[in-house]
Amino acid sequence: MTDLTKLPAEERARLYWRENLRLITTLLIIWFVVSYVPVLFVNQLNNIVIAGFPLGYYMGSQGSLVVFVIQIFYYAYAMNKLDQKYGLSDRDR
Amino acid sequence: MAVSSSSAQSVFRNKMARYYGLFTIGFLVVSAIMLLLEVFAGLPSRIIGWIFLLLTMALYATIGIISRTKLLDEYYVAGRNVPAVFNGMATGADWMSAASFISMAGTLFLIGYDGLAYIMGWTGGYVLLALLFAPYLRKFGQYTIPDFVGARFGGNTARVVAAICAIVVSLTYVTAQVVGVGLIMQRFVGVDFRLGVVLGLSGVLVCSFLGGMKAVTWTQVAQYIILITAYMIPVTFLSLKLTGFPIPQLSYGQALQNIMRLEQEQGLSKTTESPVVPGKFVTSGYVPPFNEGMNNASARAAVTQINTQFGASLTPPEPITIPDAKRPELGDWRGTPWNFLALMACLMLGTAGLPHILIRFYTVPSVRESRMSVGWSLFFIFLLYFTAPAYAAFSRWNILENVVGKPVGDLPAWTETWGRNGLIAIRDFASIDGVEIGKQPSWVKNLEKSKAVVIEDLNGNGKIDLGPFEKIDDKTGRAGEISGTAVTEKSVDGIVQYGEIGTPTAGTIDGDLVVLSAPDIAGLPFTIGALVAAGGLAAALSTADGLLVVIASAVAHDIYFRTINPKASLQTRIMLGKGMIVVAAVIAALLALPRLALIAQMVAWAFSMAAATFFPIVLLGIFWRRANGPGAIAGMIGGLVVTIFYMAMNYVNPAFNVLGITHLASGIFGLPVAIILCIVFSLITKAPPKEIQDLVDNLRNPITDDEMMAKYGSRGSAQAH
Repeated sequence: MTDLTKLPAEERARLYWRENLRLITTLLIIWFVVSYVPVLFVNQLNNIVIAGFPLGYYMGSQGSLVVFVIQIFYYAYAMNKLDQKYGLSDRDR
Repeated sequence: MAVSSSSAQSVFRNKMARYYGLFTIGFLVVSAIMLLLEVFAGLPSRIIGWIFLLLTMALYATIGIISRTKLLDEYYVAGRNVPAVFNGMATGADWMSAASFISMAGTLFLIGYDGLAYIMGWTGGYVLLALLFAPYLRKFGQYTIPDFVGARFGGNTARVVAAICAIVVSLTYVTAQVVGVGLIMQRFVGVDFRLGVVLGLSGVLVCSFLGGMKAVTWTQVAQYIILITAYMIPVTFLSLKLTGFPIPQLSYGQALQNIMRLEQEQGLSKTTESPVVPGKFVTSGYVPPFNEGMNNASARAAVTQINTQFGASLTPPEPITIPDAKRPELGDWRGTPWNFLALMACLMLGTAGLPHILIRFYTVPSVRESRMSVGWSLFFIFLLYFTAPAYAAFSRWNILENVVGKPVGDLPAWTETWGRNGLIAIRDFASIDGVEIGKQPSWVKNLEKSKAVVIEDLNGNGKIDLGPFEKIDDKTGRAGEISGTAVTEKSVDGIVQYGEIGTPTAGTIDGDLVVLSAPDIAGLPFTIGALVAAGGLAAALSTADGLLVVIASAVAHDIYFRTINPKASLQTRIMLGKGMIVVAAVIAALLALPRLALIAQMVAWAFSMAAATFFPIVLLGIFWRRANGPGAIAGMIGGLVVTIFYMAMNYVNPAFNVLGITHLASGIFGLPVAIILCIVFSLITKAPPKEIQDLVDNLRNPITDDEMMAKYGSRGSAQAH
């Protein structure tokens, strides 16, 4: 595998940005699926009850929130790795 | 160089962690001492309230004095050395206002599932912030959001438009905080509302005036610790008392089950056919979704209030309720998710577009830290938002179980405590039996005004006598000395119905009751109640602090320095910034004193406006190189106009609506307009110059270089010469 950090700066920036956009898109799809989609099916989901929580209500009050928190930390982690992969990390200065 | 600066950062971070760790322990010890003094020495509650308020205010002032500064970087962006975790706490405190702390659980209590749009909206916005904004704004690294708009869209027009938007949004928001400060002071230490406002504001000023963003940030960290402690303690004990399990976030499923059972038993949850759409069924209750109708009661109340307080004679709009069996053409949008989805989207996009949150990501040392920092911010916010539904569920369960169906004379003591504060009133006529005429509560007087109740002193003893309860004389229609359409068997039976629980002026409880009464319901000493007040105060003050900095920098930095006088010295700029903080605080206090309902309404609108202006412009500015100045200006203005138009029309007349979407979610119409206008106007005008396209490329490169970026920041103002 070619060392991406050795590529010309412009090419590096382009590839880095493309990977970043792909990651953002994936995470936004997950974000949409956990917050907006359960609202559309809330009545059906409410028929499933776990530990007293009707699932439709649970997704709105806790389920989606937990996913949001994990998503942001994951993005920070994945981007730090991506920065390093392309030699664009602050630590490479 | 990078190595030494990052190790210096970690030394600094550890030092601050030690300080705040000690601070947390100290705060808990002081609270414990107060608790012991109360329980064993009988320290009066008024004194405990004062000690808590003065102690916390003194603490904030001390941090403000320690952090006082004359450096511009420290004044506007806290020296850009706030570690991610601490910036997360500061953002949390900045974000969570008096409304989040005190009122949100109440909203959930009152409207059940539909209120969850706020819970998801105000947290989901941080995902957008993390993915789309924070790293790039940090890379840009100037002082304000108008700075970004001005540099990216080349010129002062865009900058000034953005600065004005930031000022308007922040000023309404800060006014609502000041009202919150006054109310908390009034309830817990019994001072006059006005005095409470002045005391609270002086606390804000000591901090933000002396040390700007630096002092504000480090004070907010302390305020976060206080507010989250204060939020968690009562609900934990409430959970322990009601379910025997001390983790409320996990145990309130049991409360939900009990609510559903009690609502069934009491006939509060039932499926009824829509009065206007045959064959359509809507289920009422706490857990079933989308059962809120639409009306313009808030617009009517706002107009009436303005008329009485300012002697104006505006005509309030005709009352309209949807659905209304008499006006089937207005439709019935209950049972559809569109308003919920639109509101949630506006709250998310607005969160990501609010200037006082966006600037927080200028204060971290690097792009890398900014990404982590959003994670910490949401984590700290999440702790509270994750808990608010538990507060609401426990409170609702408790009221359905221990208040509804109970005799008026045999209610839990907390109903009386909070009844004195006007947050709850039992509106059964049995509760006024034996009350002197003229001293009846205001809900009775209001009924008398509308002729629904007539009181006659038949026996001439000067008191209202109801005679035996549960009896209405068949011939006269009287129950003792009262009669009228509001006098029914249920309303005089001395047994509390759910519909009889309200406040002296409204038919439902004041939502603030949910959090404020939790310590009493859990049977905790007053010290915990005072702790909750200190937490609410911390939430209000920290938000107010952050907003004052935004207003001051918009005027002193964006409008004065960048636009009017780019040659101003550092000293002038700081002096002007400090002056503006005082001016903004005074204006906010003057706006807060009449306690207009319209102000709270405007705060809710701010999200829609931010969603339709800042959000699309900043987004396109980062992700679309071709976006230019004319596009941005057209987008911002178009988005704002459409949003305000829908907002005003629907607010006054709910018959004006699309898919049942209310004025609170009007940004959903402004946003696409802003995006389309920005794209169209950008494409029909010249592409942005090479330098600006380079700026966009630079934003996307995560290596932090503030000196390199500084030259872009000054472009807008350089053009003025």
